Amino acid sequence: MFPLPPFLPLAELEVGKHLYWQIGDFQIHGQVFISSWLVIAALLAVVVAGTRKLERDPRGTQNLLEFLWEYIRNIARDYIGEKAYRDWLPFIGTLFLFIFVSNWGGALVPWKLIQLPSGELGAPTADINTTIALALLVSLAYFYAGLSRKGFRYFEYYVEPTPIMLPFKIVEDFTKPLSLSFRLFGNILADELVVAVLAFLVPLIVPLPVMFLGLFTSAIQALIFATLAAYYIGEAVHEEAH
Amino acid sequence: MTSWLLFAASGTPEGGLFDLDATLPLMAVQVVVLTFVLNALFFRPVGRTVEERESYLSTSRSEAKQKLAQVERLETDLKAQLKEARQKSQSLILDAEQEMDRLYRSALASAQAEANASRETARSEIDRERKLALESLKSKADQLGDQIVKRLLAVK
Repeated sequence: MFPLPPFLPLAELEVGKHLYWQIGDFQIHGQVFISSWLVIAALLAVVVAGTRKLERDPRGTQNLLEFLWEYIRNIARDYIGEKAYRDWLPFIGTLFLFIFVSNWGGALVPWKLIQLPSGELGAPTADINTTIALALLVSLAYFYAGLSRKGFRYFEYYVEPTPIMLPFKIVEDFTKPLSLSFRLFGNILADELVVAVLAFLVPLIVPLPVMFLGLFTSAIQALIFATLAAYYIGEAVHEEAH
Repeated sequence: MTSWLLFAASGTPEGGLFDLDATLPLMAVQVVVLTFVLNALFFRPVGRTVEERESYLSTSRSEAKQKLAQVERLETDLKAQLKEARQKSQSLILDAEQEMDRLYRSALASAQAEANASRETARSEIDRERKLALESLKSKADQLGDQIVKRLLAVK
Protein backbone atom coordinates (compact mmCIF):
# COMPACT_ATOMS: atom_id res chain seq x y z
CA MET A 1 0.00 0.00 0.00
CA PHE A 2 2.72 2.43 0.96
CA PRO A 3 6.17 2.36 -0.66
CA LEU A 4 7.91 1.27 2.53
CA PRO A 5 11.68 0.91 2.34
CA PRO A 6 12.69 -2.50 3.64
CA PHE A 7 14.90 -1.01 6.34
CA LEU A 8 12.03 0.96 7.89
CA PRO A 9 11.74 -0.03 11.51
CA LEU A 10 8.18 -1.27 11.55
CA ALA A 11 8.20 -1.65 15.29
CA GLU A 12 8.30 2.11 15.60
CA LEU A 13 4.77 2.29 14.31
CA GLU A 14 3.57 0.05 17.11
CA VAL A 15 0.54 -1.15 15.20
CA GLY A 16 -1.50 -3.59 17.19
CA LYS A 17 0.68 -3.46 20.24
CA HIS A 18 -1.06 -2.87 23.51
CA LEU A 19 -0.15 -2.10 27.07
CA TYR A 20 -1.83 -4.97 28.85
CA TRP A 21 -3.23 -4.62 32.32
CA GLN A 22 -4.44 -7.66 34.18
CA ILE A 23 -7.70 -7.32 36.11
CA GLY A 24 -8.67 -10.65 37.63
CA ASP A 25 -8.89 -13.04 34.73
CA PHE A 26 -9.34 -10.30 32.23
CA GLN A 27 -6.90 -8.26 30.26
CA ILE A 28 -7.50 -4.71 29.22
CA HIS A 29 -5.67 -2.27 27.00
CA GLY A 30 -4.07 0.16 29.41
CA GLN A 31 -3.11 2.77 26.83
CA VAL A 32 -6.72 3.12 25.71
CA PHE A 33 -7.86 3.73 29.26
CA ILE A 34 -5.07 6.18 30.05
CA SER A 35 -5.85 8.30 27.01
CA SER A 36 -9.60 8.01 27.54
CA TRP A 37 -9.16 9.20 31.12
CA LEU A 38 -7.19 12.16 29.86
CA VAL A 39 -9.95 12.87 27.33
CA ILE A 40 -12.63 12.59 30.02
CA ALA A 41 -10.60 14.76 32.38
CA ALA A 42 -10.22 17.44 29.71
CA LEU A 43 -13.96 17.31 28.98
CA LEU A 44 -14.90 17.50 32.64
CA ALA A 45 -12.43 20.33 33.26
CA VAL A 46 -14.00 22.45 30.50
CA VAL A 47 -17.51 21.55 31.63
CA VAL A 48 -16.85 22.32 35.29
CA ALA A 49 -15.05 25.56 34.43
CA GLY A 50 -17.91 26.64 32.19
CA THR A 51 -20.84 25.70 34.41
CA ARG A 52 -19.52 26.89 37.76
CA LYS A 53 -21.51 30.08 37.52
CA LEU A 54 -24.23 29.94 34.92
CA GLU A 55 -25.65 33.34 34.11
CA ARG A 56 -28.33 34.69 31.86
CA ASP A 57 -25.69 36.79 30.12
CA PRO A 58 -23.15 34.12 29.22
CA ARG A 59 -19.50 34.89 29.73
CA GLY A 60 -16.29 33.08 28.81
CA THR A 61 -16.48 29.31 28.70
CA GLN A 62 -20.23 29.35 29.19
CA ASN A 63 -20.52 30.64 25.63
CA LEU A 64 -18.62 27.65 24.31
CA LEU A 65 -20.71 25.22 26.33
CA GLU A 66 -23.95 26.83 25.21
CA PHE A 67 -22.80 26.72 21.61
CA LEU A 68 -21.99 23.00 22.01
CA TRP A 69 -25.29 22.36 23.76
CA GLU A 70 -27.27 24.03 21.00
CA TYR A 71 -25.27 22.24 18.31
CA ILE A 72 -25.95 18.87 19.93
CA ARG A 73 -29.58 19.77 20.59
CA ASN A 74 -30.02 20.61 16.93
CA ILE A 75 -28.58 17.24 15.90
CA ALA A 76 -30.78 15.42 18.41
CA ARG A 77 -33.90 17.40 17.57
CA ASP A 78 -33.45 17.10 13.83
CA TYR A 79 -32.99 13.34 13.84
CA ILE A 80 -34.94 12.12 16.88
CA GLY A 81 -37.85 14.49 16.69
CA GLU A 82 -39.40 17.10 18.91
CA LYS A 83 -41.10 14.63 21.24
CA ALA A 84 -38.32 12.30 22.31
CA TYR A 85 -35.10 14.19 21.81
CA ARG A 86 -34.83 15.45 25.38
CA ASP A 87 -34.33 11.93 26.74
CA TRP A 88 -31.54 11.17 24.31
CA LEU A 89 -29.75 14.47 24.11
CA PRO A 90 -27.23 13.58 26.86
CA PHE A 91 -26.38 10.29 25.18
CA ILE A 92 -25.92 11.82 21.72
CA GLY A 93 -23.99 14.70 23.25
CA THR A 94 -21.70 12.43 25.22
CA LEU A 95 -20.99 10.32 22.14
CA PHE A 96 -20.22 13.41 20.09
CA LEU A 97 -18.04 15.09 22.71
CA PHE A 98 -16.18 11.93 23.70
CA ILE A 99 -15.45 10.93 20.12
CA PHE A 100 -14.61 14.47 19.05
CA VAL A 101 -12.22 15.14 21.93
CA SER A 102 -10.70 11.67 21.52
CA ASN A 103 -10.09 12.16 17.81
CA TRP A 104 -8.70 15.65 18.13
CA GLY A 105 -6.69 14.65 21.17
CA GLY A 106 -5.20 11.81 19.18
CA ALA A 107 -4.33 14.17 16.35
CA LEU A 108 -3.13 17.19 18.31
CA VAL A 109 -1.44 15.92 21.47
CA PRO A 110 2.13 14.74 20.98
CA TRP A 111 1.58 11.41 22.67
CA LYS A 112 4.97 10.11 21.50
CA LEU A 113 6.61 12.13 24.24
CA ILE A 114 5.08 9.81 26.84
CA GLN A 115 6.88 6.49 26.79
CA LEU A 116 4.92 3.37 27.67
CA PRO A 117 6.41 -0.07 28.32
CA SER A 118 4.42 -1.41 25.40
CA GLY A 119 2.16 0.13 22.84
CA GLU A 120 1.64 3.87 22.59
CA LEU A 121 -0.90 6.42 23.57
CA GLY A 122 -3.25 7.75 20.95
CA ALA A 123 -6.87 8.44 20.29
CA PRO A 124 -9.01 6.01 22.30
CA THR A 125 -11.20 5.74 19.21
CA ALA A 126 -8.34 4.19 17.26
CA ASP A 127 -8.88 1.01 19.29
CA ILE A 128 -11.52 -1.39 18.00
CA ASN A 129 -12.72 -2.11 21.55
CA THR A 130 -13.74 1.49 22.11
CA THR A 131 -15.58 1.85 18.84
CA ILE A 132 -17.41 -1.46 19.25
CA ALA A 133 -18.35 -0.46 22.80
CA LEU A 134 -19.78 2.82 21.52
CA ALA A 135 -21.57 1.14 18.62
CA LEU A 136 -23.12 -1.50 20.88
CA LEU A 137 -24.26 1.24 23.23
CA VAL A 138 -25.98 2.86 20.29
CA SER A 139 -27.68 -0.45 19.43
CA LEU A 140 -28.85 -0.89 23.01
CA ALA A 141 -29.98 2.71 23.06
CA TYR A 142 -32.19 2.45 20.01
CA PHE A 143 -33.68 -0.86 21.09
CA TYR A 144 -34.39 0.61 24.50
CA ALA A 145 -35.76 3.80 22.99
CA GLY A 146 -38.11 1.92 20.69
CA LEU A 147 -39.28 -0.60 23.29
CA SER A 148 -39.78 1.94 26.06
CA ARG A 149 -41.73 4.29 23.83
CA LYS A 150 -43.82 1.86 21.83
CA GLY A 151 -43.65 -1.41 23.77
CA PHE A 152 -43.90 -4.47 21.54
CA ARG A 153 -45.39 -2.36 18.81
CA TYR A 154 -41.77 -1.45 18.20
CA PHE A 155 -41.41 -4.69 16.22
CA GLU A 156 -43.99 -3.48 13.74
CA TYR A 157 -41.12 -1.43 12.43
CA TYR A 158 -39.59 -4.65 11.08
CA VAL A 159 -42.56 -5.45 8.85
CA GLU A 160 -43.20 -1.96 7.60
CA PRO A 161 -44.00 -1.09 4.94
CA THR A 162 -44.18 -4.80 3.90
CA PRO A 163 -43.19 -8.04 5.62
CA ILE A 164 -40.68 -8.59 2.82
CA MET A 165 -38.51 -6.08 4.65
CA LEU A 166 -38.19 -8.35 7.69
CA PRO A 167 -34.89 -10.06 6.78
CA PHE A 168 -33.33 -6.80 5.70
CA LYS A 169 -34.36 -5.05 8.86
CA ILE A 170 -32.94 -7.88 10.94
CA VAL A 171 -29.67 -7.77 9.02
CA GLU A 172 -29.66 -4.03 9.54
CA ASP A 173 -29.56 -4.51 13.30
CA PHE A 174 -26.22 -6.23 12.83
CA THR A 175 -24.81 -4.00 10.15
CA LYS A 176 -25.59 -0.82 12.05
CA PRO A 177 -23.13 -1.42 14.92
CA LEU A 178 -20.68 -3.05 12.56
CA SER A 179 -20.57 -0.09 10.19
CA LEU A 180 -20.58 2.43 13.04
CA SER A 181 -17.66 0.83 14.82
CA PHE A 182 -15.56 0.04 11.77
CA ARG A 183 -16.10 3.41 10.16
CA LEU A 184 -14.85 5.24 13.21
CA PHE A 185 -12.05 2.80 13.96
CA GLY A 186 -10.86 2.66 10.36
CA ASN A 187 -10.87 6.38 9.80
CA ILE A 188 -9.04 7.29 12.97
CA LEU A 189 -6.51 4.47 12.78
CA ALA A 190 -5.87 5.09 9.08
CA ASP A 191 -5.34 8.76 9.75
CA GLU A 192 -2.86 8.02 12.53
CA LEU A 193 -1.02 5.50 10.34
CA VAL A 194 -0.84 7.79 7.32
CA VAL A 195 0.53 10.60 9.45
CA ALA A 196 3.01 8.26 11.10
CA VAL A 197 4.19 6.75 7.83
CA LEU A 198 4.51 10.12 6.13
CA ALA A 199 6.33 11.48 9.15
CA PHE A 200 8.79 8.60 8.83
CA LEU A 201 9.33 9.07 5.13
CA VAL A 202 9.42 12.88 5.00
CA PRO A 203 9.59 14.36 8.46
CA LEU A 204 9.16 17.97 7.37
CA ILE A 205 6.14 19.83 5.99
CA VAL A 206 4.74 16.97 3.89
CA PRO A 207 2.72 15.43 6.75
CA LEU A 208 1.15 18.79 7.58
CA PRO A 209 -1.62 18.75 4.95
CA VAL A 210 -2.42 15.18 5.90
CA MET A 211 -2.55 16.23 9.55
CA PHE A 212 -4.99 19.01 8.69
CA LEU A 213 -7.03 16.54 6.70
CA GLY A 214 -6.88 14.31 9.78
CA LEU A 215 -8.34 17.02 11.96
CA PHE A 216 -11.12 17.47 9.43
CA THR A 217 -11.78 13.72 9.26
CA SER A 218 -11.78 13.49 13.04
CA ALA A 219 -14.44 16.15 13.41
CA ILE A 220 -16.51 14.68 10.58
CA GLN A 221 -16.33 11.19 12.10
CA ALA A 222 -17.55 12.47 15.47
CA LEU A 223 -20.40 14.27 13.75
CA ILE A 224 -21.26 11.19 11.64
CA PHE A 225 -21.28 8.89 14.65
CA ALA A 226 -23.50 11.20 16.70
CA THR A 227 -25.79 11.91 13.76
CA LEU A 228 -26.21 8.23 12.91
CA ALA A 229 -26.84 7.35 16.55
CA ALA A 230 -29.51 10.04 16.69
CA TYR A 231 -30.96 8.85 13.39
CA TYR A 232 -31.18 5.23 14.57
CA ILE A 233 -32.85 6.29 17.81
CA GLY A 234 -35.19 8.55 15.89
CA GLU A 235 -36.07 5.69 13.56
CA ALA A 236 -36.88 3.51 16.55
CA VAL A 237 -39.12 6.06 18.29
CA HIS A 238 -40.73 7.31 15.09
CA GLU A 239 -44.51 6.96 15.19
CA GLU A 240 -45.90 5.81 11.90
CA ALA A 241 -48.88 7.89 10.89
CA HIS A 242 -51.55 5.19 10.60
CA MET B 1 -1.27 -3.51 5.52
CA THR B 2 -1.71 -7.25 5.91
CA SER B 3 2.00 -7.63 6.49
CA TRP B 4 1.71 -5.22 9.40
CA LEU B 5 -1.18 -7.14 10.77
CA LEU B 6 0.72 -10.36 10.53
CA PHE B 7 3.78 -8.74 12.00
CA ALA B 8 1.82 -7.27 14.82
CA ALA B 9 0.02 -10.49 15.45
CA SER B 10 3.20 -12.51 15.40
CA GLY B 11 5.19 -9.90 17.33
CA THR B 12 3.35 -10.44 20.55
CA PRO B 13 1.56 -13.56 21.63
CA GLU B 14 -1.57 -11.49 22.13
CA GLY B 15 -2.43 -8.27 20.43
CA GLY B 16 -3.12 -7.06 16.95
CA LEU B 17 -5.51 -4.52 15.60
CA PHE B 18 -8.62 -6.56 16.23
CA ASP B 19 -7.77 -7.70 19.72
CA LEU B 20 -11.07 -7.73 21.60
CA ASP B 21 -10.93 -8.16 25.35
CA ALA B 22 -12.35 -6.73 28.58
CA THR B 23 -11.53 -3.22 27.33
CA LEU B 24 -14.84 -3.32 25.44
CA PRO B 25 -17.32 -3.73 28.31
CA LEU B 26 -15.28 -1.51 30.62
CA MET B 27 -15.19 1.22 28.00
CA ALA B 28 -18.94 0.86 27.54
CA VAL B 29 -19.48 1.22 31.28
CA GLN B 30 -17.15 4.19 31.33
CA VAL B 31 -19.06 5.91 28.53
CA VAL B 32 -22.39 5.25 30.25
CA VAL B 33 -21.04 6.72 33.49
CA LEU B 34 -19.67 9.67 31.52
CA THR B 35 -23.12 10.14 30.01
CA PHE B 36 -24.70 10.45 33.45
CA VAL B 37 -21.93 12.68 34.75
CA LEU B 38 -22.11 14.99 31.74
CA ASN B 39 -25.88 15.01 31.98
CA ALA B 40 -25.69 16.19 35.58
CA LEU B 41 -22.82 18.63 35.04
CA PHE B 42 -23.40 19.88 31.53
CA PHE B 43 -26.54 19.04 29.60
CA ARG B 44 -29.11 19.60 32.32
CA PRO B 45 -27.79 22.90 33.80
CA VAL B 46 -26.78 24.41 30.47
CA GLY B 47 -30.05 23.31 28.90
CA ARG B 48 -31.97 24.87 31.77
CA THR B 49 -30.02 28.11 31.41
CA VAL B 50 -30.52 28.27 27.65
CA GLU B 51 -34.21 27.44 27.83
CA GLU B 52 -34.79 29.91 30.66
CA ARG B 53 -33.12 32.56 28.57
CA GLU B 54 -35.22 31.61 25.56
CA SER B 55 -38.45 31.86 27.56
CA TYR B 56 -37.24 35.10 29.16
CA LEU B 57 -36.53 36.50 25.72
CA SER B 58 -39.86 35.44 24.31
CA THR B 59 -41.81 36.84 27.29
CA SER B 60 -39.93 40.12 27.24
CA ARG B 61 -40.43 40.25 23.50
CA SER B 62 -44.16 39.82 23.83
CA GLU B 63 -44.19 42.36 26.66
CA ALA B 64 -42.31 44.79 24.50
CA LYS B 65 -44.77 44.14 21.68
CA GLN B 66 -47.68 44.85 24.01
CA LYS B 67 -46.02 48.01 25.19
CA LEU B 68 -45.36 49.06 21.64
CA ALA B 69 -49.00 48.50 20.75
CA GLN B 70 -50.01 50.53 23.80
CA VAL B 71 -47.66 53.29 22.79
CA GLU B 72 -49.07 53.30 19.29
CA ARG B 73 -52.59 53.43 20.65
CA LEU B 74 -51.66 56.31 22.92
CA GLU B 75 -49.96 58.06 20.06
CA THR B 76 -53.02 57.92 17.83
CA ASP B 77 -55.12 59.00 20.78
CA LEU B 78 -52.90 61.95 21.50
CA LYS B 79 -52.71 62.83 17.85
CA ALA B 80 -56.49 62.92 17.68
CA GLN B 81 -56.58 65.06 20.81
CA LEU B 82 -53.96 67.35 19.40
CA LYS B 83 -55.92 67.72 16.18
CA GLU B 84 -59.05 68.49 18.10
CA ALA B 85 -57.25 71.04 20.24
CA ARG B 86 -55.79 72.63 17.16
CA GLN B 87 -59.18 72.91 15.54
CA LYS B 88 -60.62 74.35 18.72
CA SER B 89 -57.85 76.89 19.01
CA GLN B 90 -58.29 77.76 15.35
CA SER B 91 -61.97 78.41 15.82
CA LEU B 92 -61.23 80.34 19.01
CA ILE B 93 -58.78 82.51 17.17
CA LEU B 94 -61.30 83.04 14.40
CA ASP B 95 -63.99 83.95 16.92
CA ALA B 96 -61.66 86.30 18.70
CA GLU B 97 -60.69 87.93 15.43
CA GLN B 98 -64.29 88.37 14.43
CA GLU B 99 -65.15 89.73 17.87
CA MET B 100 -62.25 92.09 17.70
CA ASP B 101 -63.27 93.20 14.25
CA ARG B 102 -66.78 93.74 15.42
CA LEU B 103 -65.64 95.70 18.45
CA TYR B 104 -63.28 97.70 16.32
CA ARG B 105 -66.00 98.47 13.86
CA SER B 106 -68.51 99.46 16.52
CA ALA B 107 -65.92 101.56 18.35
CA LEU B 108 -64.99 103.18 15.08
CA ALA B 109 -68.61 103.79 14.23
CA SER B 110 -69.40 105.27 17.60
CA ALA B 111 -66.29 107.40 17.53
CA GLN B 112 -67.20 108.64 14.07
CA ALA B 113 -70.73 109.37 15.15
CA GLU B 114 -69.47 111.24 18.15
CA ALA B 115 -67.02 113.15 16.03
CA ASN B 116 -69.80 114.00 13.58
CA ALA B 117 -72.06 115.11 16.38
CA SER B 118 -69.45 117.31 17.98
CA ARG B 119 -68.60 118.75 14.58
CA GLU B 120 -72.25 119.53 14.00
CA THR B 121 -72.61 121.24 17.39
CA ALA B 122 -69.40 123.14 16.79
CA ARG B 123 -70.65 124.27 13.40
CA SER B 124 -74.02 125.40 14.72
CA GLU B 125 -72.25 127.18 17.56
CA ILE B 126 -70.02 128.95 15.10
CA ASP B 127 -73.02 129.90 12.98
CA ARG B 128 -74.82 131.26 16.00
CA GLU B 129 -71.78 133.24 17.11
CA ARG B 130 -71.28 134.55 13.64
CA LYS B 131 -74.92 135.62 13.49
CA LEU B 132 -74.61 137.32 16.84
CA ALA B 133 -71.41 138.99 15.85
CA LEU B 134 -72.94 140.14 12.58
CA GLU B 135 -76.00 141.49 14.39
CA SER B 136 -73.91 143.34 16.92
CA LEU B 137 -71.75 144.66 14.13
CA LYS B 138 -74.82 145.78 12.25
CA SER B 139 -76.25 147.56 15.24
CA LYS B 140 -72.92 149.17 15.98
CA ALA B 141 -72.66 150.22 12.34
CA ASP B 142 -76.17 151.67 12.53
CA GLN B 143 -75.28 153.59 15.69
CA LEU B 144 -72.12 154.86 14.12
CA GLY B 145 -74.08 155.83 11.03
CA ASP B 146 -76.62 157.67 13.15
CA GLN B 147 -73.89 159.46 15.06
CA ILE B 148 -72.20 160.47 11.84
CA VAL B 149 -75.49 161.76 10.46
CA LYS B 150 -76.21 163.66 13.72
CA ARG B 151 -72.77 165.24 13.71
CA LEU B 152 -73.08 166.23 10.11
CA LEU B 153 -76.49 167.67 10.73
CA ALA B 154 -75.27 169.43 13.83
CA VAL B 155 -72.44 171.04 11.93
CA LYS B 156 -74.79 172.39 9.39
